[in-house]
Amino acid sequence: MTAESSVQPPAEARVVLDARDITRALTRISHEILERNKGAGDLVLLGIPSRGVPLARRIAERITAVEGVEVPVGALDVTMYRDDLRKHPARGPQPTEIPPGGLDGRTVVLVDDVLYSGRTVRAALDAMNDLGRPDVVRLAVLVDRGHRELPIRADHVGKNLPSSRSERVMVRLEELDGLEGVWLA
Amino acid sequence: MNKHLLSAADLSADDIETLFTTAAEMHDVQRREVKKLPALRGRTVINLFFEDSTRTRSSFEIAGKWLSADTINITGKGSSTSKGESLRDTVLTIAAMGVDALVMRHSASGAALQVSQWVDAVVINAGDGTHEHPTQSLLDAYTLTRRLGTLEGKHVAIVGDLTHSRVFRSNVIMLATLGARVTVVAPPTLMPSGVGAWSQEAGFALSHELDEVLPKADAVMMLRVQKERMSGGFFPSPREYTVGYGLTRDRLAVLGPDVPICHPGPMNRGLEIAADAADAAQSLILDQVSAGVAIRMSVLYHLLAGEGSAA
Repeated sequence: MTAESSVQPPAEARVVLDARDITRALTRISHEILERNKGAGDLVLLGIPSRGVPLARRIAERITAVEGVEVPVGALDVTMYRDDLRKHPARGPQPTEIPPGGLDGRTVVLVDDVLYSGRTVRAALDAMNDLGRPDVVRLAVLVDRGHRELPIRADHVGKNLPSSRSERVMVRLEELDGLEGVWLA
Repeated sequence: MNKHLLSAADLSADDIETLFTTAAEMHDVQRREVKKLPALRGRTVINLFFEDSTRTRSSFEIAGKWLSADTINITGKGSSTSKGESLRDTVLTIAAMGVDALVMRHSASGAALQVSQWVDAVVINAGDGTHEHPTQSLLDAYTLTRRLGTLEGKHVAIVGDLTHSRVFRSNVIMLATLGARVTVVAPPTLMPSGVGAWSQEAGFALSHELDEVLPKADAVMMLRVQKERMSGGFFPSPREYTVGYGLTRDRLAVLGPDVPICHPGPMNRGLEIAADAADAAQSLILDQVSAGVAIRMSVLYHLLAGEGSAA
């Protein structure tokens, strides 16, 4: 999902996850990824900008701490692949960084902050198509707020957050925002 | 950002920053195996060139294709213009087919502006007479920014045939927007009339002495001597031009190895630029060409991809 414009969540927003909850959720996701993949072999983590990228890095650090191996981390920008490009003024793309080993034959775990309509993930799958052919693609998200518009689901979820469409989910991460937490408003 | 790109003056410093950031990403796409992005799928871009061009036209065509737009080239020669059709009729005919953007080059100054008033499509000026060539100035500034880090406060010398140069006009505007100091150098006969008043208004310096300017320059842009636009004696002989205003081997030595050299091409080797200078390590001439595609992808993307763009 795209970044909200203002960093500070409004006063009436409810805290859904605090910094420690996020840490625990990412630790669990890291273990789940390792369990599912039977180790860190062939694993590549790709964060979807902007907030998926620091999340992917954090998961990689935890995997290294557990398994003692470096996991390649990259970024996959989906701006040019979105199906709603014409609904907004053109937004500039963000960096795509594919780790040196490439994606062919790898197990790619896409990492994003919020799973909502599923359209970002669809765009990410299309973008990946132009960059290589992974053996397996999985999806890890910090928050799944429901309201899917496409047949897409996450393999690893930090928190399932039932929400109404009129509500806003705000994820803030230390690396990008200088504060940490997930709010619902 | 404005709907059309007709002049370098259409772009604010923020617009330029946005275009450069996107161009940097497009530069990475150029190195990929699959050089294709779907952003302009279903859009049609017509390159309408009434004057000869190799790099501008082909880079616009490649830029459009890599963004998945349908791009079609129409040249003056071989079109109905050679049968006597007016520019207005030609443009309205093409627009009636339902195009989203017209990339236009024409020998008449102001042609792109005129056309933008006739059609709904986005119009991008790819050179109008001796007036402007905004995407060239964008790619020049982009290339220099990548080399120098920033253009703020940098001293750029623009040298050569100013009278006939649309590249000069767009670059003076572009560089001023980005905070560079500009000195333009030319023989008196190749200074356009009225340039004195314009230089005071726009804040750039004039000089006839290349050897005084070069040692103080952070970057040098050489302009092509446009023989095809010259009907008369602007300088006594090519050799005399080279002695006074060419970037010769001796001047290259004065310049030092870290000062980048640009030339919009096509070059007259041995006339305005010596082969040693054109092929020197500090020459950015091929970087300019490769940046040309990235910049034009960025321009097409920002003018065509979003809401409310084109018809």
